[in-house]
Amino acid sequence: MEFKISELLQMPIVVINLGLKKFAESLEEQKVEVVQVDWAPPAGGDKEMMDLLDQLL
Amino acid sequence: MPSGFIIRKNQYYDSVFLMGISKRISDVPGVLQNAVLMGSETNKELLADIGIRGPQIEAALPNDLIMAVIAETPQIVREVLDRLDEFLLGGAQVASTSNPHSFEEGLVQKPNANLAVISIPGEYAAREARKALHAGLNVFLFSDNVSIEDELELKQFAAKKNLLVMGPDCGTSLIGGVGIGFANVVRRGFIGAIGVAGTGLQEFTSQVHNAGFGISHAIGTGGHDLSDQIGGLTTFAILDALEADPQTKVIAIISKPPGVKTLVRLIDRIKTCTKPVVGCFLGTRAESHEAKAKFQRSSTIDEAVWRAIDLAGGETVTDKIEFTPEENEWIAHEKTSWNSEQKYVRGIFAGGTFCYQSQQIFRDEGVVVYSNAPIDSKYKLQDSNRSLEHTFVDMGADEFTLGKPHPMIDGTLRKQRILTESRDPQTAILLLDFILGYNASMDPVGELLDAIIEAKQTTKKRGMHLIVVASVSGTDGDPQDLNLQIKLLKEAGVIAFHSSAKAASFCRKLLK
Repeated sequence: MEFKISELLQMPIVVINLGLKKFAESLEEQKVEVVQVDWAPPAGGDKEMMDLLDQLL
Repeated sequence: MPSGFIIRKNQYYDSVFLMGISKRISDVPGVLQNAVLMGSETNKELLADIGIRGPQIEAALPNDLIMAVIAETPQIVREVLDRLDEFLLGGAQVASTSNPHSFEEGLVQKPNANLAVISIPGEYAAREARKALHAGLNVFLFSDNVSIEDELELKQFAAKKNLLVMGPDCGTSLIGGVGIGFANVVRRGFIGAIGVAGTGLQEFTSQVHNAGFGISHAIGTGGHDLSDQIGGLTTFAILDALEADPQTKVIAIISKPPGVKTLVRLIDRIKTCTKPVVGCFLGTRAESHEAKAKFQRSSTIDEAVWRAIDLAGGETVTDKIEFTPEENEWIAHEKTSWNSEQKYVRGIFAGGTFCYQSQQIFRDEGVVVYSNAPIDSKYKLQDSNRSLEHTFVDMGADEFTLGKPHPMIDGTLRKQRILTESRDPQTAILLLDFILGYNASMDPVGELLDAIIEAKQTTKKRGMHLIVVASVSGTDGDPQDLNLQIKLLKEAGVIAFHSSAKAASFCRKLLK
């Protein structure tokens, strides 16, 4: 499903937060639907491995 | 100096969490320096800069946690390293074991998501942003250190799909009343804004609210969007969206100088806009126009607020920066307490936009100001840590924030700079800014208060007088207590304003 810009301005925002937990917390405080992703680099952070994984997926 | 390090394989934490740990370690008596970082190449260079290197460090991967300590004795080094788990547990909030660990897992949990908010290290951020766009989500990209080539590619891809990329290096957006990143609590209303300058957008929205009006949407684009390389891809997309948005009656654009070609294209586009537009392109000189023209330029953020309110059919209490008779009397009195050596203002800014705007205010009156982020490259400081004559420093610039928290979150570096400037006998005025809102420090004034008081006392002991002027950017709805922040400043003898432009103008008047 694609949410065009104009739709984003009219509908409630629903967020996937990758990274700083405090950003998800401030969104929750504002009653926004948000999922916190405790993101870590895939493949141990090995860029070559990440490129390979991307190609496979 | 005795030093040591410990590496934990495959134990990843976000940078803000680790900076909090590092701060707690700094408080341990005998610790001289410490770093708690993930094993990325950039971080390994930072460690090498403080003398921490070796084959194990070299072999560490980006998912490996490295804790390094330099202390007065080897015993203290050993003790601190042994307490790593204690520090990590002490800093950890209750973590949900069901939290996803990848964008893909996040999407499974939230298939109806329409926005990805990304604040991971820059070297990985473009990849995750691309995934989000592929999945049909808009992107708020807080991460910096994303290449200009990646930014262009992401924005061109987003344009094809009619999706928005806010960023990279985007700190602020307000969409449908929701604050994302560093944002203030403002009422809804009819004024829309496009922010190519993050703290500028915060100042604009706060001042609109404080004047009794409201914001439809205020959307950040990231600092490079109006460069000629990117060509305003996000700015133009937001302009289209706000033009079509039934809530928005007038649109303001708050930016540092756009690229020359992009500014021409932008003005051409603005002239076809069905809604009035106010353009505040800090650092550029605005030509004059008719009072009721649909497209108006403003020189300061404050002026952009007045013009936007006027164009939206409202009335403002004032339309110029002016000082009360009391403030003018104060100016006349305070400067008599300077001694003949004191002649310079030193601005120590958390907000890059405020540093820039303040330089412009001085430049427009023919006064040269040096800076680490100068309007005119002729006046670039050779060493960002050493002021020269009048100097305004952007403490949020890269040289201060690599591996360290931004001054909006943590006042440590600004405290040190306040004390440094107070030791310079030529310093007459300190100019500071404080920024409230979501995700900023919960007590920005409190963090600097001791340093301000000490600076004034140090100067007094030398038989001199230090004037401290400040601005507080925020609203009565923000998580911090705006009135208390202002009160604390006034009790410490600081002259405080709700506007950064006014604070800078006040300093200019003091120096005349």
